[in-house]
Amino acid sequence: MENFYLGVSILLCMLVLLCLYRVIYGPTIIDRIVGVGAIGTKTLVILVLIGFIYGRIDMFLDISIAYALLNFIGTIAAAKYFEGRGEI
Amino acid sequence: MEIVKVISVILILGGCFFFITGTIGFLRFPDFYSRMHATGKGDTLAVFMAVIGFAIYQGVFHGAILDSIKLVIIAVFVFLANPTATHAISRAAFRCGVKPWTREESK
Repeated sequence: MENFYLGVSILLCMLVLLCLYRVIYGPTIIDRIVGVGAIGTKTLVILVLIGFIYGRIDMFLDISIAYALLNFIGTIAAAKYFEGRGEI
Repeated sequence: MEIVKVISVILILGGCFFFITGTIGFLRFPDFYSRMHATGKGDTLAVFMAVIGFAIYQGVFHGAILDSIKLVIIAVFVFLANPTATHAISRAAFRCGVKPWTREESK
Protein backbone atom coordinates (compact mmCIF):
# COMPACT_ATOMS: atom_id res chain seq x y z
CA MET A 1 0.00 0.00 0.00
CA GLU A 2 2.92 2.33 0.64
CA ASN A 3 4.02 2.07 -3.00
CA PHE A 4 0.52 3.01 -4.05
CA TYR A 5 0.69 6.08 -1.79
CA LEU A 6 4.09 6.93 -3.25
CA GLY A 7 2.70 6.73 -6.78
CA VAL A 8 -0.23 8.96 -5.92
CA SER A 9 2.02 11.56 -4.30
CA ILE A 10 4.35 11.61 -7.33
CA LEU A 11 1.32 12.13 -9.58
CA LEU A 12 0.16 15.01 -7.37
CA CYS A 13 3.62 16.59 -7.46
CA MET A 14 3.47 16.60 -11.27
CA LEU A 15 0.03 18.22 -11.11
CA VAL A 16 1.51 20.88 -8.84
CA LEU A 17 4.12 21.61 -11.52
CA LEU A 18 1.34 21.94 -14.07
CA CYS A 19 -0.47 24.42 -11.84
CA LEU A 20 2.81 26.28 -11.45
CA TYR A 21 2.62 27.10 -15.14
CA ARG A 22 -0.58 29.00 -14.57
CA VAL A 23 0.92 30.75 -11.54
CA ILE A 24 3.88 31.98 -13.61
CA TYR A 25 2.05 32.72 -16.86
CA GLY A 26 -1.40 33.68 -15.52
CA PRO A 27 -2.63 36.80 -17.35
CA THR A 28 -4.08 38.46 -14.27
CA ILE A 29 -2.92 38.58 -10.66
CA ILE A 30 -6.11 36.84 -9.53
CA ASP A 31 -5.16 33.84 -11.71
CA ARG A 32 -1.95 33.56 -9.77
CA ILE A 33 -3.82 33.59 -6.47
CA VAL A 34 -6.15 30.85 -7.68
CA GLY A 35 -3.13 28.90 -8.90
CA VAL A 36 -1.50 29.14 -5.49
CA GLY A 37 -4.77 28.06 -3.89
CA ALA A 38 -4.95 25.05 -6.18
CA ILE A 39 -1.36 24.14 -5.35
CA GLY A 40 -2.28 24.48 -1.69
CA THR A 41 -5.06 21.91 -1.87
CA LYS A 42 -2.78 19.48 -3.71
CA THR A 43 -0.01 20.02 -1.18
CA LEU A 44 -2.52 19.20 1.56
CA VAL A 45 -3.07 15.72 0.12
CA ILE A 46 0.66 15.29 -0.49
CA LEU A 47 1.32 16.13 3.17
CA VAL A 48 -1.14 13.48 4.34
CA LEU A 49 0.49 10.97 1.98
CA ILE A 50 3.96 11.78 3.29
CA GLY A 51 2.63 11.10 6.75
CA PHE A 52 1.46 7.66 5.65
CA ILE A 53 4.66 6.81 3.78
CA TYR A 54 7.00 7.75 6.65
CA GLY A 55 4.75 6.27 9.28
CA ARG A 56 4.47 9.52 11.31
CA ILE A 57 0.75 9.79 10.74
CA ASP A 58 -0.19 11.87 13.81
CA MET A 59 2.38 14.58 13.18
CA PHE A 60 1.60 15.03 9.51
CA LEU A 61 -2.17 15.04 10.06
CA ASP A 62 -1.84 18.00 12.41
CA ILE A 63 0.44 19.75 9.92
CA SER A 64 -2.07 19.21 7.12
CA ILE A 65 -4.97 20.50 9.23
CA ALA A 66 -3.02 23.68 9.94
CA TYR A 67 -2.06 23.90 6.28
CA ALA A 68 -5.68 23.60 5.14
CA LEU A 69 -6.70 26.39 7.52
CA LEU A 70 -3.88 28.68 6.39
CA ASN A 71 -4.52 28.04 2.73
CA PHE A 72 -8.16 29.00 3.17
CA ILE A 73 -7.33 32.13 5.14
CA GLY A 74 -4.72 33.16 2.57
CA THR A 75 -7.22 33.02 -0.27
CA ILE A 76 -9.81 34.93 1.73
CA ALA A 77 -7.24 37.62 2.65
CA ALA A 78 -6.25 38.02 -0.99
CA ALA A 79 -9.91 38.27 -2.00
CA LYS A 80 -10.53 40.89 0.66
CA TYR A 81 -7.49 42.86 -0.49
CA PHE A 82 -8.67 42.89 -4.10
CA GLU A 83 -12.21 43.81 -3.08
CA GLY A 84 -11.24 47.44 -2.62
CA ARG A 85 -8.92 47.93 -5.58
CA GLY A 86 -10.69 49.05 -8.76
CA GLU A 87 -8.34 47.54 -11.33
CA ILE A 88 -6.36 44.34 -11.79
CA MET B 1 -11.71 -7.40 4.51
CA GLU B 2 -10.34 -7.11 0.97
CA ILE B 3 -13.44 -5.20 -0.09
CA VAL B 4 -12.44 -2.35 2.21
CA LYS B 5 -9.04 -2.06 0.55
CA VAL B 6 -10.70 -2.06 -2.87
CA ILE B 7 -13.12 0.67 -1.80
CA SER B 8 -10.38 2.90 -0.43
CA VAL B 9 -8.19 2.41 -3.52
CA ILE B 10 -11.15 3.25 -5.76
CA LEU B 11 -11.84 6.41 -3.72
CA ILE B 12 -8.21 7.50 -3.88
CA LEU B 13 -8.02 6.86 -7.63
CA GLY B 14 -11.26 8.79 -8.09
CA GLY B 15 -9.68 11.63 -6.17
CA CYS B 16 -6.64 11.53 -8.45
CA PHE B 17 -8.91 11.53 -11.49
CA PHE B 18 -10.69 14.66 -10.34
CA PHE B 19 -7.37 16.29 -9.49
CA ILE B 20 -6.18 15.65 -13.04
CA THR B 21 -9.36 16.93 -14.65
CA GLY B 22 -9.38 19.97 -12.35
CA THR B 23 -5.80 20.81 -13.31
CA ILE B 24 -6.44 20.31 -17.02
CA GLY B 25 -9.47 22.57 -16.76
CA PHE B 26 -7.43 25.07 -14.81
CA LEU B 27 -4.82 25.25 -17.56
CA ARG B 28 -6.92 25.11 -20.70
CA PHE B 29 -10.04 27.18 -20.01
CA PRO B 30 -10.05 30.55 -21.79
CA ASP B 31 -11.11 32.86 -18.99
CA PHE B 32 -10.66 33.43 -15.30
CA TYR B 33 -14.15 32.40 -14.22
CA SER B 34 -14.14 29.11 -16.09
CA ARG B 35 -10.71 28.31 -14.64
CA MET B 36 -12.03 29.12 -11.20
CA HIS B 37 -14.99 26.88 -11.94
CA ALA B 38 -12.75 23.92 -12.75
CA THR B 39 -10.36 24.39 -9.85
CA GLY B 40 -12.93 25.12 -7.22
CA LYS B 41 -15.11 22.11 -7.88
CA GLY B 42 -12.52 19.65 -9.13
CA ASP B 43 -10.08 20.05 -6.28
CA THR B 44 -12.76 20.13 -3.60
CA LEU B 45 -14.26 16.81 -4.64
CA ALA B 46 -10.82 15.30 -5.23
CA VAL B 47 -9.58 16.20 -1.75
CA PHE B 48 -12.80 14.93 -0.23
CA MET B 49 -12.66 11.56 -2.00
CA ALA B 50 -8.94 11.06 -1.42
CA VAL B 51 -9.05 11.94 2.26
CA ILE B 52 -12.15 9.82 2.89
CA GLY B 53 -10.34 6.95 1.15
CA PHE B 54 -7.38 7.43 3.51
CA ALA B 55 -9.71 7.60 6.52
CA ILE B 56 -11.43 4.33 5.59
CA TYR B 57 -8.14 2.53 5.05
CA GLN B 58 -6.60 3.90 8.24
CA GLY B 59 -9.68 3.19 10.34
CA VAL B 60 -10.08 -0.43 9.26
CA PHE B 61 -6.55 -1.70 8.62
CA HIS B 62 -4.43 0.16 11.16
CA GLY B 63 -7.24 0.54 13.66
CA ALA B 64 -6.22 4.18 14.11
CA ILE B 65 -9.66 5.56 14.90
CA LEU B 66 -8.29 8.92 16.07
CA ASP B 67 -6.37 9.38 12.81
CA SER B 68 -9.40 8.60 10.68
CA ILE B 69 -11.44 11.08 12.72
CA LYS B 70 -8.81 13.75 12.04
CA LEU B 71 -8.88 12.84 8.37
CA VAL B 72 -12.67 13.17 8.27
CA ILE B 73 -12.29 16.59 9.95
CA ILE B 74 -9.86 17.66 7.22
CA ALA B 75 -12.20 16.38 4.51
CA VAL B 76 -15.24 18.18 5.91
CA PHE B 77 -13.28 21.38 6.46
CA VAL B 78 -11.92 21.46 2.91
CA PHE B 79 -15.38 20.58 1.62
CA LEU B 80 -16.72 23.71 3.33
CA ALA B 81 -13.76 26.06 2.99
CA ASN B 82 -12.79 25.62 -0.65
CA PRO B 83 -16.10 26.75 -2.18
CA THR B 84 -16.18 29.71 0.20
CA ALA B 85 -12.71 30.78 -0.89
CA THR B 86 -13.66 30.27 -4.53
CA HIS B 87 -16.74 32.43 -4.10
CA ALA B 88 -14.79 35.18 -2.36
CA ILE B 89 -12.11 35.27 -5.02
CA SER B 90 -14.50 35.29 -7.96
CA ARG B 91 -16.62 38.02 -6.35
CA ALA B 92 -13.50 40.10 -5.80
CA ALA B 93 -12.48 39.50 -9.41
CA PHE B 94 -15.93 40.52 -10.64
CA ARG B 95 -15.81 43.67 -8.50
CA CYS B 96 -12.39 44.47 -9.98
CA GLY B 97 -13.83 44.40 -13.46
CA VAL B 98 -12.53 41.09 -14.82
CA LYS B 99 -14.75 40.52 -17.84
CA PRO B 100 -16.12 37.01 -18.53
CA TRP B 101 -15.05 35.46 -21.83
CA THR B 102 -17.65 35.68 -24.63
CA ARG B 103 -17.93 33.79 -27.89
CA GLU B 104 -17.44 36.94 -29.98
CA GLU B 105 -13.99 37.49 -28.47
CA SER B 106 -12.79 34.13 -29.75
CA LYS B 107 -13.45 34.93 -33.40
